Amino acid sequence: MPILECRDVSKHFGGLAALTDVNLTVEQGEVLGLIGPNGAGKTTLFNAISAAFPPKSGSIRFKGQSIVGLKPHQICRVGLARTFQSVKIFGGMSVLQNVMLGCYFGKKSKVPCDVAEQDSCELLEFVGLKSFIDTAAESLTLGNQKRLEVARALATKPDLLLLDEVMEGLNHTEVAQAMELVSRIQGRGVTVVMIEHVMKAIMKVCERIVVLHFGQKIAEGTPDEITSNENVIKVYLGA
Amino acid sequence: MVWLLVMLALALSPLYASRYTIILLSTILMNVVLSVSWAMFSGPTKYISLAPAAFFGVGIYSAAVLGTKLPMPAVIVIGGLASFCLAILVGALTLRLRGIYFVMFTFGLVELLMHFLLWFELNINDTTGRVVPSLDNSTVFYLMLLIFAVLMLTVYFIKDSKFGMALQSIGENEEAASHIGINVTALKIVTFGVSAFFMGLAGAIMATRWTYIDPKIAFNPVISFMPVLMAIFGGMGRPYGPIIGAAIFSYLGEFLITKFPYYYMLIFGIILVVAILYMPGGLVGLAQNIRNQYLRRRHAHS
Repeated sequence: MPILECRDVSKHFGGLAALTDVNLTVEQGEVLGLIGPNGAGKTTLFNAISAAFPPKSGSIRFKGQSIVGLKPHQICRVGLARTFQSVKIFGGMSVLQNVMLGCYFGKKSKVPCDVAEQDSCELLEFVGLKSFIDTAAESLTLGNQKRLEVARALATKPDLLLLDEVMEGLNHTEVAQAMELVSRIQGRGVTVVMIEHVMKAIMKVCERIVVLHFGQKIAEGTPDEITSNENVIKVYLGA
Repeated sequence: MVWLLVMLALALSPLYASRYTIILLSTILMNVVLSVSWAMFSGPTKYISLAPAAFFGVGIYSAAVLGTKLPMPAVIVIGGLASFCLAILVGALTLRLRGIYFVMFTFGLVELLMHFLLWFELNINDTTGRVVPSLDNSTVFYLMLLIFAVLMLTVYFIKDSKFGMALQSIGENEEAASHIGINVTALKIVTFGVSAFFMGLAGAIMATRWTYIDPKIAFNPVISFMPVLMAIFGGMGRPYGPIIGAAIFSYLGEFLITKFPYYYMLIFGIILVVAILYMPGGLVGLAQNIRNQYLRRRHAHS
């Protein structure tokens, strides 16, 4: 059974069709890439899945259960976490507090204070922010803020993680680190769907890629299949 | 430790202080309770509420309606609970509004309640005002002190709990907070209710001191602005900021009105403008700046 199954998901903003009958299946344990030109509807699809903007029609099933109609915090609690394209950290709070909030509220069960702190420290080490524990989140560099978002999302103990352009705006070293981080997240048993513009990275990290264009799925397959797909080449090169 | 000493000094004050001092202290405590309970919700979440007068007024009217029928402690608790219920109801309807819309709605609530009561009293009850059974000064003072103590315990409990952190995260980024599993709606509504509960308690007690009330006294819009000004004046960065702000603010008001009865509002206004222009962090922020500068200078010397 796939971990996430979107059937005919549509979303309109006024007269603009942001998503039209998108079908997406994510298998347990894989890293799926979601690509497409600007305005293709990638983030809108994430917003529809995570209930930031519920879809107009279509069904979304997570671990076999329909999650349409749930509130964002309920979606998080069933095990579906996300990060944001434009970082949304709690700037005035410490790095540790950011992650601890994920530990405390990510699941319905009660988490004692010391366990939350220990788990948070472990996660901050995992993403490489161990030395910034007491720093105010807003004073981190963009790259580190993105890692903090990943740590905070992982703190909610998700089974599926939606990563929205974690590599955008990062330099070469940081992109390499982020790629390695994605693989290690997969190693923890978390399924990953990632939106990315850095092609080199997505081709390397993802086993399967889905291409969106004007709110519709135009291709799906392994990185090799995608790079040789005529539709994709047309969209990206305009030929 | 400092807390215990202050509480003890206050608790024993009716034994040695003059009647005037006790009445003044009750007023100061009332302002402290209002601004601390305002800052409890509006401080971390950054939802600026102008509804304190509404919750305070509901407390006052509870005392006016039930004062002769029930024992006073019960009346006060009912006053608080009535405000709590109103806040939950209003919160459920309006806490989805953000920024200026929330501010305007909360202020509108004060006017709405006042005009509804004016109409209701005139047309249904054929009166304008009501008489509230009075309590003696030191009872009012002790009740206020008790509420202040309970309020401070609540504030400290929330501040150090995960809920305090969650409230702050709502102010930082509400969308992100909801996506990491925080039920932002429920948390906002309940905290709004708890803050209103304390305002209602304060209203019910103060009503006994005023003995005669009518809707315009009970729902005085100034009560909505005062807690905001006092909290900003004291500084919202620390939990004791609103306390210090409210205490100095109310004492200053009392001092000016007795010493300069004609220029009172003028001087008060100037002090406020200067405070807001030159102390963005309030008194607490100012104290911290001075301390930091002192430490830096000492550091430079050594």
